[in-house]
Amino acid sequence: MEPGSRSTILAIALALGVLAALPFAAAALGNPAMTTLATRILIYAIAAASLNLVLGYGGLVSFGHAAFFGIGGYTVGILFHHHRFNEALFGLMLGTDQFLITLPAAILVSGLFAAAIGALALRTAGVQFIMITLAFAQMLFFLFVALKRYGGDDGLIIRRRNGLFDLNMRDDTTFYFVTLVFVVLFFALVWRIVNSRFGLVLGGIRQGERRMAAIGVSTYRYKLAAFVISGMGAGLAGALWANYARFVSPDMMHWTKSGELMVMVILGGAGTLLGPLFGSAALILLETVLAAYTERWQVFLGPILIVIILFFRGGLAGLVDLVRKRP
Amino acid sequence: MTLVLEQLLNGLQLGVTLFLLAAGLTLIFGIMGIINLAHGALYMVGAYAGALTAKATGSFLLAVPAGLAAAGLTGIIIEYIVIRRLYDRDHLDQVLATYGLILFLNELVTILFGRQPLFVGVPPALSGAVEIIPGVPYSVYRLTIIAVGLMLALGLFLLITRTRLGMLIRAGATHREMVRALGVDIRLLYTLVFGLGALLAGFAGVMAGPLLSVQVGMGEQILIMTFVVVVVGGVGSIKGAFFGALIVGIVDTLLRAFMPMLMRGLVTNTSEADALSAGLSSMGVYVLMALVLLVRPQGLFAARG
Amino acid sequence: MSAILDIRAVVKRFGGLIATDHLSLDVQPGELHALIGPNGAGKTTIINQLMGEIIPDSGEIIFGGEPMAGLKPAARVRRGLGRTFQITQLLPDYTALDHVALAVQAHAGHSFHFFGAARADRRLTGPAMALLERTGLATRAGVKAASLSHGERKQLELAIALAGEPRLLLLDEPMAGLGQVETAQMVDLLKGLKGQIAMLLVEHDMDAVFALADRISVLVYGRCIASGSAAEIQANPDVKTAYLGEGDA
Repeated sequence: MEPGSRSTILAIALALGVLAALPFAAAALGNPAMTTLATRILIYAIAAASLNLVLGYGGLVSFGHAAFFGIGGYTVGILFHHHRFNEALFGLMLGTDQFLITLPAAILVSGLFAAAIGALALRTAGVQFIMITLAFAQMLFFLFVALKRYGGDDGLIIRRRNGLFDLNMRDDTTFYFVTLVFVVLFFALVWRIVNSRFGLVLGGIRQGERRMAAIGVSTYRYKLAAFVISGMGAGLAGALWANYARFVSPDMMHWTKSGELMVMVILGGAGTLLGPLFGSAALILLETVLAAYTERWQVFLGPILIVIILFFRGGLAGLVDLVRKRP
Repeated sequence: MTLVLEQLLNGLQLGVTLFLLAAGLTLIFGIMGIINLAHGALYMVGAYAGALTAKATGSFLLAVPAGLAAAGLTGIIIEYIVIRRLYDRDHLDQVLATYGLILFLNELVTILFGRQPLFVGVPPALSGAVEIIPGVPYSVYRLTIIAVGLMLALGLFLLITRTRLGMLIRAGATHREMVRALGVDIRLLYTLVFGLGALLAGFAGVMAGPLLSVQVGMGEQILIMTFVVVVVGGVGSIKGAFFGALIVGIVDTLLRAFMPMLMRGLVTNTSEADALSAGLSSMGVYVLMALVLLVRPQGLFAARG
Repeated sequence: MSAILDIRAVVKRFGGLIATDHLSLDVQPGELHALIGPNGAGKTTIINQLMGEIIPDSGEIIFGGEPMAGLKPAARVRRGLGRTFQITQLLPDYTALDHVALAVQAHAGHSFHFFGAARADRRLTGPAMALLERTGLATRAGVKAASLSHGERKQLELAIALAGEPRLLLLDEPMAGLGQVETAQMVDLLKGLKGQIAMLLVEHDMDAVFALADRISVLVYGRCIASGSAAEIQANPDVKTAYLGEGDA
């Protein structure tokens, strides 16, 4: 799956075609739930693609990305809350329910959190980095559980989706297409980044940090920049999720959510452009299918995950490559 | 003053519990190069086996070996089926595979024993309080945990510094190839270390049973705190695990105990003050971790560097 | 004439083992100074200290008139230090061209460019191709490092180091593991660089050392036991003792 190769372009065109046609197919089949399911897949694809930037391309195993997903969501939730009750936020500004304000705000705030957490966590590497990102995410989880003002444990209900131009955001199909636009923009951005000078440095850091230092690259600042971009992407996904679900809660930052994002990246194939989209689709569909059979679906998901990790290392993209290589 | 002393002891008790987990986690990482997220699940298994045995037999003396056996057995099974295949893998694979283990074990326990938390009474022989200094009574059970925990820490320390097995463990952590060249069965060594870690975690689980509700998710809650301990103390260092655990245990307990008083002094609205202090005190150990990272990124008692 | 590199009484201990024992050494501008000695003499350790990967216990390292203490490896490279690794440190998924282009890019300034397609940037690939040609790797430009032969990896190490336009090149056993033909090529390459770049060469291949070095220093147990021209070193009885049984000299 080399970016720019013919098969990638073909895969992108195919994926876009399917995604654009999906709501119409759902309507024709009389199954509108397909559209909301697909919306969920798309939103998680953005979060997973963000994580993939640091994890797949940069080799930084962040186990705390749900924190940024949650921060993005809460930014939308809190802004809406203040808008609804007409309370000043930090005594300065009022809330808002406008998509074009809440979304950049969510990206900005999650970027700031990522900068703070990344600056500390990147002072270490390897297993400590994993533990630290997990721990800081847990810290934010506890913070929001304790923030009774914004619902604490129970979370925050967002009564109406944010407004965007004159679109009827309440309509699930409209919201699906809005989400799709963001998916396309975000994946295009990731594509540009990983093929840029910055992206080559990031990939170099994954493969050999000592080598990068020996050509004069101070790796810390590049890792931090990637971590911040990645946090912003997860924040964007969180903001979309808040609008989709019209609800935010500390569960968005629960450590299992970070685990799910990692699973999506690995399922789809770490360090590949479309991998996170496939991974998101695979995990959410798998969950949906298993959940239809049993409430206790995780008892199956766990072993499936273990088998995939132990025996199919490259994820779905690796599987595709494997099949393709065999004539 | 009495309150401070009592809370210090509570902190010490949490600290030794954390140590039992951190010691296993850090040894397993230091020697086998494995980051095992399912370590907390072993603690949960120990707690459940202990609680169920205590309930069925009414004997805490039987609960302890039951918890140890269950955690040890679970440890051996997951080492044999999953962990063994992860030795040569990178951290990412280890994290994800052991994450899968957590999902499975948590859900399995839910299926078997339900979502309702189990409550175990403090064993009668250890219930009640003694006066540690005149006029200050303190729970016998908690004192027992502290004493046993400290004894285990001492035992572990002696095992590692004074015995041949300990020498191999230390050598295995730094010079894996050399140990292999000496003709030591490294697989066996790994299994022993992993089993030891599982027993310690299981024991911590049994002992924690009467102090908190035994429920699914208890493993991960303490696992993440154990990570903080290991980061603060320094990865791979038993000494770091010990002092890190005591620091984290005491800081966490004291913050939880005294933050509400402090906040009530600052914020007039009582319920808001309580909520705020609950949040701030649960964040306390993470702030501590951040401070340690700023000053000594490798941890306070790092084995090397 | 002021030395480009001045090592002053550097000491490094690892536990009870002394790897660098009050070592003083210099490299003059344009000079090729070879460092020889039996295995375990502390040759790679000194290179790693020069790079800043290992911090000396005491002593001073002055490069281009500037003390290096406290500078990280990347900062030293940006000041004009270049190195090759004894055990090649390459990026397995990147092609030979990627490596050199990346080094050109790092030398050109920061890499906070997020949008342009770097692999299509002639400002990077142009100079990189020229270096690959110079080091004899032009035909292998598109091959991933993982698929290069041992000799080609050694050549690539040199090409990457040259992309940084170093004032001083630290070469850690560039001929190790090379066949006769490859060694001859590498010697020719280094000969071509002589006079333009100062070099500190650590090498076991004595023929190559004698063919290339302006000055040779002999390191034993972290100490410099002799220093001089090829003829002086060959005649030195201490050196012969140190090498007894090695059969190289």
